Amino acid sequence: MAFGLLKFGLRRTYRARGILPPRPALKSSYDVVIIGAGGHGLAAAHHLAKDHGITEVAVLDKGYLAGGNTARNTAIVRSNYLTPEGVRFYDEAMQLWRGLSHELGLNLMLSNRGHLTLAHSDAALRTMRWRAEVNKHQGVDSELIDPGEIRKLCPQLDLSDEARWPILGALYHPPGATARHDAVAWGYAHEASRRGVEIHEHTEVTGFRREGSRVTAVETDRGTIHCGRVLQAVAGNSTRVGDMVGLRMPIRTVPLQACVSVPIMPVIDPIIVSGSLHTYIWQTARGELVMGGSADPYPGYTTRSTLDFKEGLMAHAMELFPFLGEVRLNRQWAGMTDMTPDFSPIMGKTPLDNYYIDAGWGTWGFKATPVCGKRMAETVANDRAPEIIHAFDMGRFARFDQVGERGAASVGH
Amino acid sequence: MKLMNCPLNGWRNIGEFVYGGEVRPAPGADADTETWADWVFMVDNQAGVVREWWFHAPTSYWFIAERDTANDTLIRTYPAAEIFTERVEFASGEKSS
Ligand SMILES: Cc1cc2nc3c(=O)[nH]c(=O)nc-3n(C[C@H](O)[C@H](O)[C@H](O)COP(=O)(O)OP(=O)(O)OC[C@H]3O[C@@H](n4cnc5c(N)ncnc54)[C@H](O)[C@@H]3O)c2cc1C
Repeated sequence: MAFGLLKFGLRRTYRARGILPPRPALKSSYDVVIIGAGGHGLAAAHHLAKDHGITEVAVLDKGYLAGGNTARNTAIVRSNYLTPEGVRFYDEAMQLWRGLSHELGLNLMLSNRGHLTLAHSDAALRTMRWRAEVNKHQGVDSELIDPGEIRKLCPQLDLSDEARWPILGALYHPPGATARHDAVAWGYAHEASRRGVEIHEHTEVTGFRREGSRVTAVETDRGTIHCGRVLQAVAGNSTRVGDMVGLRMPIRTVPLQACVSVPIMPVIDPIIVSGSLHTYIWQTARGELVMGGSADPYPGYTTRSTLDFKEGLMAHAMELFPFLGEVRLNRQWAGMTDMTPDFSPIMGKTPLDNYYIDAGWGTWGFKATPVCGKRMAETVANDRAPEIIHAFDMGRFARFDQVGERGAASVGH
Repeated sequence: MKLMNCPLNGWRNIGEFVYGGEVRPAPGADADTETWADWVFMVDNQAGVVREWWFHAPTSYWFIAERDTANDTLIRTYPAAEIFTERVEFASGEKSS
């Protein structure tokens, strides 16, 4: 990669590299049809082609490449979760993130800035300690630190006792990072299509044909395609597509909003999260402050921004960083997130023979993109879910066997 | 600011209300575990006009709202008594203790 960069820098003329070949005609049949060209669907396509030699694959998206939550998330990646199942899974993602720019031949700008989850109450401190212990047990770098150490990492935080909710400590996760979300999708799309996978933008799945518990064809607004296997990875549309094929889901679709400020000089180094204040904030390389909070208070299929969200978020962000009172907002947006009752994903096989699901990624699925791609490809190729995703199978609700990730996911990211 | 029409208190700020889930008939106390799991965890989650429980927090008042989830428009709000015309007996099965 370094050599490639040097060669590129010394060249006199630059040829723009297209991410995708022009949209091909839709064939009448594919070995695997992937619904959703977000990061998850594209990563699965990449791994099907690269690890399993399956290249008769079509990735369909009703919109443009990665225009869903992949384009809308706030790009935080970390693995300091609360449940052992969760920590193990997200940590595999962290390992993949480290080599991903190299694997995809595209600079994903993985920026390893460290991640602080603030505690403003004894109860929050106890949860942070609990998380730190589970993390360490799984080999994840994570520890509880006091306000003195927080000050060294982020002196701009209001650490005084006069604050409305004084900061008592923080869970510090040095590997916490951010990555360039769009590039992640482009990188996977480019690599997958280079190996023969077809990516069909503006191709909406409108229904399915079934014979008993087998899905025989996928209907789209560009025609019907016969399929060997189908992977659904449609985030906020999980229920809609699930309804078409006849799968009932424990998912509520809830809008999640975020915003960025105008660019300012570099002032905040780590990622700062406060669960109690429903606020998180980090600064991009070009100086914008990226901010978000918890999901909207009630479900819906809309991506509108609301005044309530901004009022609440700004008030809380200013409690952490009083200087923000001087900073203007630049942009705001929302995405539709697929929330599960236990704040954990739904991955693996379904009651249908040849239909696989990757859903329930709610407000936390960007960081999991590489591991979902790898593990879902394995599931589809072998018709068997690997051990690392067993805990997340769709049947867990009927067994009252949830993976309670609530403590770790109270703030949306 | 978005407003909601509370059947008891009239138009109020949406921030005063709490969403309480889809209106669906509860299984009988003697229903099997699978039916209960479905009722507890699975949701219809439709894009379109749905019927939901809402709660006006300052006055502890539960009511029903019809809302279009595809564009977040409130269509109608009314007292639960409009649908629940008979008393619901939750303890109809055998007592376990
Ligand atoms: C504001 C916000 C902030 C977030 N911040 C973070 C964060 O900091 N860290 C983190 O880890 N996660 C975060 N998330 C969550 C994360 O964005 C998602 O979990 C993740 O991007 C899901 O990826 P995906 O590929 O499954 O979905 P998407 O990128 O949404 O892709 C799904 C695709 O399916 C397509 N589709 C839907 N229906 C159909 C159909 N019928 N036919 C064909 N195609 C269809 C859609 O057009 C879409 O492109 C955030 C989410 C939001 C909204």
